Amino acid sequence: MVEVLEHYLSLATKAIFIENILLAYFLGMCSFLAISKKVETSIGLGMAVIFVNGITVPLNWIIKTYLLMPGALTWTGISGMKSVDLSFLTFITFIATIAASVQLVEMLLDKFSPSLYNSLGIFLPLIAVNCAILGSSLFMDERGYNLAESTVFGVSSGAGFAMAIVTMSAIRFKLKYSNVPDGLKGLGITMILTGLLSMAYLSFSGIQL
Amino acid sequence: MSTKKNTVFSDPLITNNPITRQVLGICSALAVTVKVDSAIVMALALTFVLTMSNTIISMLRKKIPSNIRIIVQLTIIATLVIMADQLLKAFLFDISKQLSVFVGLIITNCIVMGRAEAFAMQNIPKNSLLDGLGNGIGYGAVLIIVSIIRELLGSGSIMNISIFPVSMYVGEGGWYVNNGLMLLAPGAFIVLGLLIWIQRTITNYTEE
Repeated sequence: MVEVLEHYLSLATKAIFIENILLAYFLGMCSFLAISKKVETSIGLGMAVIFVNGITVPLNWIIKTYLLMPGALTWTGISGMKSVDLSFLTFITFIATIAASVQLVEMLLDKFSPSLYNSLGIFLPLIAVNCAILGSSLFMDERGYNLAESTVFGVSSGAGFAMAIVTMSAIRFKLKYSNVPDGLKGLGITMILTGLLSMAYLSFSGIQL
Repeated sequence: MSTKKNTVFSDPLITNNPITRQVLGICSALAVTVKVDSAIVMALALTFVLTMSNTIISMLRKKIPSNIRIIVQLTIIATLVIMADQLLKAFLFDISKQLSVFVGLIITNCIVMGRAEAFAMQNIPKNSLLDGLGNGIGYGAVLIIVSIIRELLGSGSIMNISIFPVSMYVGEGGWYVNNGLMLLAPGAFIVLGLLIWIQRTITNYTEE
């Protein structure tokens, strides 16, 4: 039991700190750069990413395993299904799942938890085209996680994204009072700061759980 | 008309570059620039997808209902990306392994969606094609510059051909050591940050 727990814990630490989806794989940079101007909005987006990632990664795992993988359709019992390989449809199904579940989550939240809906509101539709979400699903596919592992991976890579964006927005808030060279204002200085932040995260790379 | 066409194509190359000015498509720009050859392949794949998607979306722009346009655009883009991915797997298998998930991520690359939304939905197919081509080349140029800097400083080579003589390195009695940081994530961020600074100083652009 302890060993199983340890395995998931180490997977989560790896996804949050060592292989942070934003600072080590550069995914979700566009929304990161656009949203990190304000602390409140970055917390909202971070929460929304954790939420949607935690749903879509396991969902995409189920779709991959029971519909798309070579031989995945064997469960239908129809003869000849064993040789069917739909894995070339991976991208289009993943993005459709993400778009659909974002829509669904939006509707469910609106109905059952209006306060959470209002705080996430504008960020939910944006998430459908956030590469961190599609990236997590594609990493899940590439690394061959099982269902439990992909749930843990989805939630914790979302958490890694949330942590990075909140940290960055706090730094950018302080940056308002600094004197930055003209051409470097805005995007340029943010890029260099992100570089320094990712250098700090590199120091986690020796950690083994 | 001819002058307009010229700016449609040449504007995104330097002045209105998708990466350094419009802040689109940063994710892949950073991730695939460790080696020059993967950057070139990525640039070609994106230019292909962007040009085709801009043209197709522009041809369909009057037929797409505006409330479901995002899904329609995503479907068109995803289909093109699948084509690009299958072609890469068939002809350039090694590089497609190196690019790993980033070919798939062209679907959510902000340049493709951004240009479809901002340009192709309002303009005729011919101009949209030029706009797609221009933005693709502008993106590719930044990718190749960043990857040349990173590969040269990080592994001392360009296109896998060593640039510095072996006798220069520490192990062979010289003084030079490759800067390993350039191959890691921070190197990419800092090189791109400095490139943005240079581009914006030349074009005289300041944010806010």
